[in-house]
Amino acid sequence: MAFKHKDLLSLRDVEREEIEMILSTAASMRPLLESPTKKTAHLQGKSIVTLFYENSTRTRMSFELASKYMSAAAANISASASSVAKGETLIDTGKTLDRMGTDVIIIRHPMSGAPHLLAQHVNAAVINAGDGVNEHPTQALLDMFTIKRHKGHLDGLRVAIIGDVNHSRVARSNIFGLHTMGAEVALCAPPTLMPVQMEELGVKTYTRVEEAVEGADVVMGLRIQKERQEEGNFPSLREYSAFFGINEENLRYAKPDALVMHPGPMNRGVEITSDVADSEQSVINEQVTSGVAVRMALLYLLTRKGV
Amino acid sequence: MKLLVKGGTLPEYGRADMLVEDGVISRIEGNIECEGAQVVDAEGLYVMPGMVDLHCHLRDPGQEYKEDIVSGTRAAAAGGFTSVCCMANTTPVNDNAVVTSFIINKAKAEGSGVHVYPVGAVSKGLKGENMAEIGDMAKAGAVAISDDGKPVMNALLMRLAMEYGSAFGMTVFDHCEDSNLVNKGVMNEGYNSTLLGLRGTTRAAEEVQIARDIVLSETLNLPIHICHVSTKGGVELIRQAKKRGVKITAETAPHYLVGTDDLCASYDANTKVNPPMRLASDQEALIAGLCDGTIDAIATDHAPHHRDEKEVEYNMALSGISGFETAFALCVETLVHGHHMTMEDFVKVACTNPARIIKKNCGQLKPGMDADFILADPNEEWCIDARKFLSKGKNTPFHGRLVHGRVKETYVGGARIYKD
Ligand SMILES: [Zn+2]
Repeated sequence: MAFKHKDLLSLRDVEREEIEMILSTAASMRPLLESPTKKTAHLQGKSIVTLFYENSTRTRMSFELASKYMSAAAANISASASSVAKGETLIDTGKTLDRMGTDVIIIRHPMSGAPHLLAQHVNAAVINAGDGVNEHPTQALLDMFTIKRHKGHLDGLRVAIIGDVNHSRVARSNIFGLHTMGAEVALCAPPTLMPVQMEELGVKTYTRVEEAVEGADVVMGLRIQKERQEEGNFPSLREYSAFFGINEENLRYAKPDALVMHPGPMNRGVEITSDVADSEQSVINEQVTSGVAVRMALLYLLTRKGV
Repeated sequence: MKLLVKGGTLPEYGRADMLVEDGVISRIEGNIECEGAQVVDAEGLYVMPGMVDLHCHLRDPGQEYKEDIVSGTRAAAAGGFTSVCCMANTTPVNDNAVVTSFIINKAKAEGSGVHVYPVGAVSKGLKGENMAEIGDMAKAGAVAISDDGKPVMNALLMRLAMEYGSAFGMTVFDHCEDSNLVNKGVMNEGYNSTLLGLRGTTRAAEEVQIARDIVLSETLNLPIHICHVSTKGGVELIRQAKKRGVKITAETAPHYLVGTDDLCASYDANTKVNPPMRLASDQEALIAGLCDGTIDAIATDHAPHHRDEKEVEYNMALSGISGFETAFALCVETLVHGHHMTMEDFVKVACTNPARIIKKNCGQLKPGMDADFILADPNEEWCIDARKFLSKGKNTPFHGRLVHGRVKETYVGGARIYKD
């Protein structure tokens, strides 16, 4: 079975078998990351470009290293968010990359739907590395990969996601992916940071962290950005932290062996306390390793098609 | 100069002939013979007043790359419109008599023949601060005032413009959206915006502003016109206000009757419009509002944009739909073929009521009225093809849609200005 999609834009339309294929391929890639010679020939002769309109050292590096470990020619374009409005159009940039023989374009963009627009105009495979407040599918895949490594399965797990759901592409992709894999998702956010009609996506929503994490197998924090306060969504970071942060007290409501996760970078002491982030239960650092493995798997699967 | 339209079906008259003399309808009877008259064969066609569009953007002066008065009026004629009211958000803004006169004169000199009635700005530069020269613009030929594209957020300015404008018979056409509540939304707020990760605009943004306008209108006992109503709640507010006798009129646009926010799933910016397309329940309420007289008129909000402004990220794309050339088919398809109203009822909301709102001698076929009319085939099947639009704006979310109802010929003052 081959991966069906030309692109990875969203986890909404990726089927269970495809997710399983990505996760198992990632599992076979992961040992390489702990080996002394991190080199395979999987992507020999392929060219991969990261096109980032937002700063994200973490995600960009993860893709870039994944490409290089597999011997691809990797290049990156860092455009500022302001160049979205002033510079060359996204379609033109995409066509240019296409003409240079790019096999995969990995795009991070501040506007939802931008990867979809790009994908319609290029032959290269497009990977959405985060679009606006919409999706970040590879983050959800690496989260699922990490959970599966520890829990052995995803079916029937309860995953609590705590924080700014409204502006979180991580939450949205995790909801779609985890549902496909049979897990249950509970969300907790101030009502000002919870999208409308969220429950119609099949999740449960809460305003008290204790209730959301009750019996959870996984507790995932989301990054809160300072500008959300400036926009008036909550009165202060101090109060946000007190009511919507993950701390040792509210984590007690989760299962004793619950995993603690965060997509990073963390605001320690705001959405998550350092005690929790650095606890035995935390797999936050491991998520980073999973990220490289999952991206290697995905690049391999997307470029293998048509060969 | 005599014109005899023979064998068509007319609203109220049924199958009848219509004689036009010197640009005015002189007789409508079962069978007219008139020597020397030029005969128009309307056999099998519906003869109705030219449609009157209370709300469009002709982009001229200043944004001619999107549309100009020549292309815009040609597109209007092809769409079956014989009178159009163009909004003030041109460059420079139509906030003074010089711009108003420019538009009127250019339309007369270079336009397709469609009557162009400018709507002047409420505020200078559409800034929402100081009142524009409403009296001057009225004298030059403006038919109403509006800051369309933007709401009049300042309630005091709104009150003053309503009061001052009333001295010149100028009603405010308000684009109702509380801009604070819009809060950078780009589509309807609801399940789909949550699913797509696009920022939503709450329906409350529109309804709060409609409610405010109703209160002002009722308090001041002055008329108000609500532009492009898109929500069920908006319809209900207006319905209740009308029951109390508030001097309120309202319009909705074809795309709100036909499209929903489901269309946004493609992230195709041609679906981006302000206010946004909503839900099926809103469509039902808007149709009911048109049927019971709550919504007086259908107006296109024809908003042509260059493709460079649409082939971009959804958030960055400009809002608006090129609407002249699809309005008739979309409305007839939905309202008439959808069994909500007859062609006669459709004529009221597309022609008669809007003509009454701008106080023009058109919008009906009867002796003494200007001979602004169209021949249409309500049943002709065709496929919407944006590439064939006469408008420079090819931006429509309805490209490729199969529809029924086509404008065949358009006449202004008895002269043919368009033939399919
Ligand atoms: Zn408007």
